[in-house]
Amino acid sequence: MKAILTAHNLASELVTTIWTPVFVAIFLAIIAYAFWPRNKAAFDEAAHLPLREE
Amino acid sequence: MSQPSISKSMTIGESGLAVVFAATAFLCVIAAAKALDAPFAFHAALSAAASLAAVFCIVNRYFERPAALPPAEINGRPNYNMGPIKFSSFMAMFWGIAGFLVGLIIASQLAWPALNFDLPWIQFGRLRPLHTSAVIFAFGGNVLIATSFYVVQKSCRVRLAGDLAPWFVVLGYNFFILVAGTGYLLGVTQSKEYAEPEWYADLWLTIVWVVYLLVFLVTVIKRKEPHIFVANWFYLAFIVTIAVLHLGNNPALPVSVFGSKSYVAWGGIQDAMFQWWYGHNAVGFFLTAGFLAIMYYFIPKRADRPIYSYRLSIIHFWALIFLYIWAGPHHLHYTALPDWTQTLGMTFSIMLWMPSWGGMINGLMTLSGAWDKLRTDPVLRMLVVSVAFYGMSTFEGPMMSIKVVNSLSHYTDWTIGHVHSGALGWVGFVSFGALYCLVPWAWNRKGLYSLKLVNWHFWVATLGIVLYISAMWVSGILQGLMWRAYTSLGFLEYSFIETVEAMHPFYIIRAAGGGLFLIGSLIMAYNLWMTVRVGEAEVQMPVALQPAE
Repeated sequence: MKAILTAHNLASELVTTIWTPVFVAIFLAIIAYAFWPRNKAAFDEAAHLPLREE
Repeated sequence: MSQPSISKSMTIGESGLAVVFAATAFLCVIAAAKALDAPFAFHAALSAAASLAAVFCIVNRYFERPAALPPAEINGRPNYNMGPIKFSSFMAMFWGIAGFLVGLIIASQLAWPALNFDLPWIQFGRLRPLHTSAVIFAFGGNVLIATSFYVVQKSCRVRLAGDLAPWFVVLGYNFFILVAGTGYLLGVTQSKEYAEPEWYADLWLTIVWVVYLLVFLVTVIKRKEPHIFVANWFYLAFIVTIAVLHLGNNPALPVSVFGSKSYVAWGGIQDAMFQWWYGHNAVGFFLTAGFLAIMYYFIPKRADRPIYSYRLSIIHFWALIFLYIWAGPHHLHYTALPDWTQTLGMTFSIMLWMPSWGGMINGLMTLSGAWDKLRTDPVLRMLVVSVAFYGMSTFEGPMMSIKVVNSLSHYTDWTIGHVHSGALGWVGFVSFGALYCLVPWAWNRKGLYSLKLVNWHFWVATLGIVLYISAMWVSGILQGLMWRAYTSLGFLEYSFIETVEAMHPFYIIRAAGGGLFLIGSLIMAYNLWMTVRVGEAEVQMPVALQPAE
């Protein structure tokens, strides 16, 4: 029983800690995506999207 | 008349919804009869009447409409659905005036307390949530629904999803406002700031909001434009997060299913923490993300310039999403909330400076190459000034979340001043600017009835805001300093009533500022009304070919 509780504590500690690096990694990936040179043309076009209607 | 190949029949949505509303009307009549308190009986009766009206409208609409539903495209161009947008725009203007008026009344009550006339229904405690809900959820909510339905259609180049569903959203949402608002006047409240409506109103809002999410999502999924425009990301974040916040903050157990009173599922500091996780993210995702969507669509459109940096808009979006959700604890500094949680809330609030100012710069710089338009176009000026106010209040907010600053500002009028520089300056002005654009577009008019009146609105309202926020800054800091002043013997220097007395002149100035803001909105309502009534129709638009709804 005690072993299960310890394992549970470990797991919950891991889960509550791991989101910080995970979220940071996701955010860094988003920044990389935003600044990726090959995406530039598509973003420049998207910036004009409201003006291209009708 | 109609071709024999198309036999007219009710859609599943029409027949299903009519049956559901008929059953709801029946249940509401029973609830009204068995009600334990008068406000619940009133709301049950109101719901029964509204359900019957819904059945009538659905059936009547079926008999009036042609056999085929409105087509998604006419001559290869999207057949945009403007009906619900027009309704929501109208309601936004209506609730805006009502909400500003109630704000003026309670501001006057604070200056002259006799104005509550000793009547329970118009006590400050009941009118205050009526004011906040009317301006945030009724005015702001209708602006967001109207603009989101417009922007998602235009930027996805596709007709709004659903036939009855968009109408269900706009009518259902405004019925929620009606139930919430009349409830406050009758003393029905669960006493959670910005989440005052009781359990039955909360349940109804949940249904409406899920349908809103579905209408928006399905429209995005059906899109003809491969890219999902950034404004749609902001709208989607607003809709999804408000759903999560609403469900998270409102679990409550009704005393009886036939009574209005309920008790929250958890008490004490957990409740406080949940409440301000909700409260601050209502600011972050209702009053910020939603209106930033307006900024990213309406400013480029009105200025006829592309977004300054689309890359920045992506980073702006995700930084807001990642940071905002943690800022709530700054509302609970120096309370029973654990100290580390307060510090966490403060830290994330300060980090919010970066995305907020990134977004502000992106909005303002969109005008590069078009700054001269600020001189000639008061609508664009309104939109741009709103972004400046966004920058100002998102600078002030993180500063006030710093614990030492908060020890002076908390519970004082400084907070009220801060909220109103954001609410009047940012949310108010960006909404006005959006409505000035949206009404001529949705009603197919060449332009506004009068730009001169927009100019008047701009200056009257700006003067009102300046009076309001400067009065509250002085009042709030004075109040905070008086509360913490000690004599040389260590006694408090001022009694509480002395601090109240010191506020009096500032309360009068504040009421005057609010009055000017209200006058501005009346000018706007007249201008929009005349735009619709006598405005010149735009020539050859596909919308004109749209079959009557």
